[in-house]
Amino acid sequence: MSQRRGVSAIIAGGAFAALMAAQGAALAAPFDGQKLAFDRSKGNCLTCHVIKGGDSPGNVGPELNDMKSRFPDRKELVAIISDETKRNPQTVMPPFKRNLILNDQEIEAIVDFLYTR
Amino acid sequence: MLRKVCLAAAIVAVTAQPLLAASGVDPQADFKAFRKYFTERFPKVPLNDFVNGPYSMDEGLRKQWKAIDEFPPYEFAVDQGKQMFETPFKNGKTYADCFPNKGIGVRQLYPMFDEKSGEVVTLDVAINKCREANGEKPYDYSKDDMAALTAYMAYTSRGKPMDIKIPNDPRALAAYKAGEEYFYTRRGQLNFSCASCHVQNPGNHIRSEVLAPALGILNAMPIYRSAWGGMGTTSRRLRSCNSQVRGTPLSAESPEYRNVEYFLSYMANGLPISGPGARP
Ligand code: HEC
Ligand code: HEC
Repeated sequence: MSQRRGVSAIIAGGAFAALMAAQGAALAAPFDGQKLAFDRSKGNCLTCHVIKGGDSPGNVGPELNDMKSRFPDRKELVAIISDETKRNPQTVMPPFKRNLILNDQEIEAIVDFLYTR
Repeated sequence: MLRKVCLAAAIVAVTAQPLLAASGVDPQADFKAFRKYFTERFPKVPLNDFVNGPYSMDEGLRKQWKAIDEFPPYEFAVDQGKQMFETPFKNGKTYADCFPNKGIGVRQLYPMFDEKSGEVVTLDVAINKCREANGEKPYDYSKDDMAALTAYMAYTSRGKPMDIKIPNDPRALAAYKAGEEYFYTRRGQLNFSCASCHVQNPGNHIRSEVLAPALGILNAMPIYRSAWGGMGTTSRRLRSCNSQVRGTPLSAESPEYRNVEYFLSYMANGLPISGPGARP
């Protein structure tokens, strides 16, 4: 991934190349919580939640805002994302950890990101 | 990565979750509970309006729809379907020879339980049976020819109340029950049942799509969808609903899909056929 971007950066040349390289580096960062949360093939949280900074959100779940004050206990957020059916068997929120959509590190990164909202 | 995906598919637990269903097979009781749920949850929606899917749930969408319907995008399919319907097969017979009332205004009778084969026959399956009985190749259940023919047949039934019969035959009741179970069973990596979206969340948005209510959800089939840039049959719609939850779509008109159609159409008895539909 980062290698391919590197190659295209060389081809593009000049200031643009520098920009591409910088972007490549950001994308290559191991766990970018915002990216994981918004990515349709990963968290895809926007399908159901309004989150500041995300486009065309759904409204199946509540808006994710004031996270720090509403969920001071980090473990609670991790639990909700890992498998919300434990708290609420009727929920439509996917059990991200149980069904292997997100791993522990990815969930932690998403919680870091949520704490910025 | 590949291993992860395979594992995920294997692990996904299938948990039946009847929300409203009674435990025995009692279609009439299910029917009452189903109707009660939707009419109480959406008291402002006139009963006959549920067949308009997402438009029955959202004023903004409804306005767009009224504008679109001035020049219905499914009109070409209806015209094409009419021509196909009226063109004789190579043996000189026509579709009219296969259907009650010569095939005009009969959409509301399908799916029908076929006592001979003991199976549920949808309109699409009946069309292909007719073709094969007359030496013609069957149509692909997900493609334009089938969409055009069913669009025309639905058009001739517009306004007619859905009229699905469940004969007192254990096989018919079993098919109905299987359809009901399929509808309420969670599946796919995202762990959704049909009911998660169309019973728990009608009117809500997933991304920018407004979810249709399960009551009368098949009355508008087939549909023109702007997102598809064309027509889609019931099979196409069900397969894409399965894909959305990262489940494995079944083959078009598989027994499971036919049974779920049987269940949903029975729940819609009395509600008018509104197909073909136009969707965002
Ligand atoms: C398919 C719908 C759906 C998706 C996708 C989804 N959620 Fe949820 N989420 C819900 C619903 C519905 C609730 C309400 C609580 C419940 O149902 O138990 C919820 C509740 C929550 C809550 C508790 C919020 C509160 O104010 O009580 C958090 C936090 C949360 N979700 C985070 C996430 C994150 C992070 C993602 C993506 C990784 C995500 N959700 C993806 C449907 C979804
Ligand atoms: C993840 C959510 C989701 C699940 C689960 C789901 N669907 Fe859908 N379905 C949609 C969306 C989105 C649409 C398009 C918007 C609309 O019309 O509801 C749709 C549309 C439909 C339509 C066409 C409705 C219309 O008026 O255009 C039918 C019929 C349908 N779904 C049946 C089913 C059945 C049967 C199942 C289970 C096998 C199912 N759906 C599961 C999301 C879902």
